[in-house]
Amino acid sequence: MILFNYLVFPGFLFSAVVGLIASWVDRKVTARVQWRVGPPWYQNFVDFLKLLGKETILPQGNKITFLIAPIFGLISVTLVATIIGRMLINPAESFLGDLIVVLYLLVIPAITVILGAGSSGNPLASTGASREMKLVLAYEFPFILAVVTVIIKSSVSIKLGEIIACQMNNGAILGSISGLIAFIVAVLCMQAKLGLVPFDVSEAEQEIMAGVLIEYSGFLLAIFKLMKSMLLYVMPLFLISLFWAANTGIYSLIGKYVLLLVIIILVKNTAPRVRIDQAMRFFWGPVSLLATVAIILALLGL
Amino acid sequence: MKNIKLKALTKSLWVFHLCIGGSCNNCDIEILDLLTPRYDVERFGIMLVGSIRHADVLLITGSLSRKAAPRAKRLYEQMPKPGVVVAVGSCALGRGIFKDGYNTPCPLDELIPVDLYIPGCPPKPEAMITGIVRLVKKVRGEK
Repeated sequence: MILFNYLVFPGFLFSAVVGLIASWVDRKVTARVQWRVGPPWYQNFVDFLKLLGKETILPQGNKITFLIAPIFGLISVTLVATIIGRMLINPAESFLGDLIVVLYLLVIPAITVILGAGSSGNPLASTGASREMKLVLAYEFPFILAVVTVIIKSSVSIKLGEIIACQMNNGAILGSISGLIAFIVAVLCMQAKLGLVPFDVSEAEQEIMAGVLIEYSGFLLAIFKLMKSMLLYVMPLFLISLFWAANTGIYSLIGKYVLLLVIIILVKNTAPRVRIDQAMRFFWGPVSLLATVAIILALLGL
Repeated sequence: MKNIKLKALTKSLWVFHLCIGGSCNNCDIEILDLLTPRYDVERFGIMLVGSIRHADVLLITGSLSRKAAPRAKRLYEQMPKPGVVVAVGSCALGRGIFKDGYNTPCPLDELIPVDLYIPGCPPKPEAMITGIVRLVKKVRGEK
């Protein structure tokens, strides 16, 4: 049963398919915004298949780290997808501290990207890696503050299942002022976590040629692309289960997910890329301030 | 199995655009036209990528200069196979008006194998699309 959960239903296969379709929605909406037609729905599956069939080149440098990094990233995203999926199906399966486990697992993709880029020995990749590292430092702080707001609101519980159950009984956390502010903070952090414009400095195609991914090819690149697609499914779902889980029926979940996805895509298409120092100032300045205000309001019971 | 691989390859061609040496950039502008709403080749899965490691197509414009020759060769070797090389414009095909220049030692296809020649100065976007369609058919083994 655990293996089935991990490999098929809320885990790997399901989240991979949903993630690839979500990335297609991203490309299609982007194309429509730019007045183009855009690719057909199976485009990302074809891309994945093609990359599996291509030659994989290992650069000089630390080959083992280079090989292992994408696989570790994929494994951790799959774990998050499984945990959150099971929690939404049956909140009673929660274990103590799974919220913290998920928070840690969500940092691992960024760390694997940094490790992989660093081990390739390419100067542009290491520029990208250093930017990614700074970006992680920048967004992780307000993101955790936003999660702390949720913990306070759900009477100091660090079990995802209890947070969801608490929202089912008392209404969504998003409904309160502090919850709303924390949600806005979390959405901004999600944009950076997914590595999308305006916070795509680590991958900036035009200035550092795909940055962290520059040396990856073939099968390893396919895994990294899949990991990013699955994050596009996992992150909105995580935010929904933290802030907006008053109703976890299948249709309401799909509706909320699509809404969050559209917000992500529209922000991506209407914002220019910020520099890394601007991103850090943004996250450590106004966004952290907002998150602190959310915590104070939550402590006051608002 | 090999068929699926080739079909997937032809359905998602990722292009790395390289301008080698002497060129007036007009071909490059025409290539960018392919991505605009009027032609929109992303419909067929064709994308510009930033790194040669991600590319399936090495698209070359401009007449090969002495300095750029070793770099072009190296980029070709860095491309993960299977991949194709496309030469766009008179300069890339036969050095164009720089044929007798001291700085243009040889035409491109004497240096690396070229799979598709698209002539013109500059070629129209329609001509490039026709060329790509023919190349895709050739790769798939159709008539």
